[in-house]
Amino acid sequence: MIRIDIEKKLKSYQGELTLKVDTQIPMGGITQVFGESGAGKTTFLKIIAGLIAPDRGVIIVNNDMWVDILSKISISIQNRKIGFVFQNYALFPNMTVQQHLEYATEDKEWIKKLLAIGKLETFTTHKPEHLSGGQQQRLAILRAMATKPQLLLMDEPFSALDPKMKTELINELKQLWDEGGTSVIIVSHNPNELDGIARNLLEIKTT
Amino acid sequence: MDLSPIWLSLKLASITTLVLLLIGLPVAYWLSKGKSVIKIIIEALITMPLVLPPSVLGFYLLLAFSPQHGIGKWLHQIFDIQFVFSFEGLIVASIIYSMPFMISPIKSALQQLPLSLSQASYTLGKTERQTFIKVLLPNIRTSVLTAIVLTFAHTLGEFGVVLMIGGNIPNVTRVASIAVYDSVENLDYAAANTYSLILFSITFVMVVAVFVFNKYKAKSPLE
Repeated sequence: MIRIDIEKKLKSYQGELTLKVDTQIPMGGITQVFGESGAGKTTFLKIIAGLIAPDRGVIIVNNDMWVDILSKISISIQNRKIGFVFQNYALFPNMTVQQHLEYATEDKEWIKKLLAIGKLETFTTHKPEHLSGGQQQRLAILRAMATKPQLLLMDEPFSALDPKMKTELINELKQLWDEGGTSVIIVSHNPNELDGIARNLLEIKTT
Repeated sequence: MDLSPIWLSLKLASITTLVLLLIGLPVAYWLSKGKSVIKIIIEALITMPLVLPPSVLGFYLLLAFSPQHGIGKWLHQIFDIQFVFSFEGLIVASIIYSMPFMISPIKSALQQLPLSLSQASYTLGKTERQTFIKVLLPNIRTSVLTAIVLTFAHTLGEFGVVLMIGGNIPNVTRVASIAVYDSVENLDYAAANTYSLILFSITFVMVVAVFVFNKYKAKSPLE
């Protein structure tokens, strides 16, 4: 179980808004996070990852305290052992597809499997600038999964994929997540994007 | 024709550039991360040689390194080191004088990288050091090369600080720029011309090489 009770002040063109989330997410399965633009969905994911600190609150994952602002507890990003798919992909311009995955893991067999799932086997020597938007997005997903994280956080991970590729990729990924018992939190502005796949829905709002 | 001033200049520029690269990378990285009053003050101090007359910097270094006072006296008494009128003194002065040429381009390049690059690396379990070496540094390599060449070329051409700290001792502190001045004072224009031409050629080739390597996008030291 992931227990999240956090508050974070956000600056926007409307002035100061407060992102407030108090929820419990079961481990395993897919949770879809949705909400309007600027509602704080990305901030919410980054708070769980440890990339942004909340102003107040706690995050407890499987009985491990990750964040407790009152007690000044905040375990490092590295020790949270999460996977993160960035909305802008955050691929490393100096690395090829193969090097991205080798940077994350030494497991050659796992890398082969990931490349096959992402249909990137023939692009292993390509750097991000020579990949299409869809290929870059798939690489970002594969890189995040390369460390076999128990919690995978994905920010609009399928936005650049065509419907056919998206369906195929989600089905293959879901099989891997089910096998590995991976908990996945996916941010999407479209609440119907993961119909029939997401086990839980979580709406993010600011006040 | 005595070419020792040219070799001395090349030796001074090489050592200064190497030391500044080792100091500059971590300092530029530290400065590129966030803002604080201390960082602003340190950055201002690093930038001072760009705006100060070299003779002013040289004067204060001369006072600081004087074996009769303060740090210079302490260094002389404890370690038997004398920086005034020595090659070691020239190295220390050059490091201070050329520091902004190494640090500014690297710091700017680091600040221009998207924050998500290092964040992505951290989420893969990598430490700050691993991230710097494997992700950040390779993506700013053209700026690092620019910084190296500018530092080298700038050290090669420095005059005021060198004259104040080192004087004009053959084979010790008489670098090429001093030799040019000295030759002109002695009305030996042929020697002055030879030294000048060699200095011009070396620095020109280096700057052209940077432009070629950076695909005609070499950055100014203040960018």
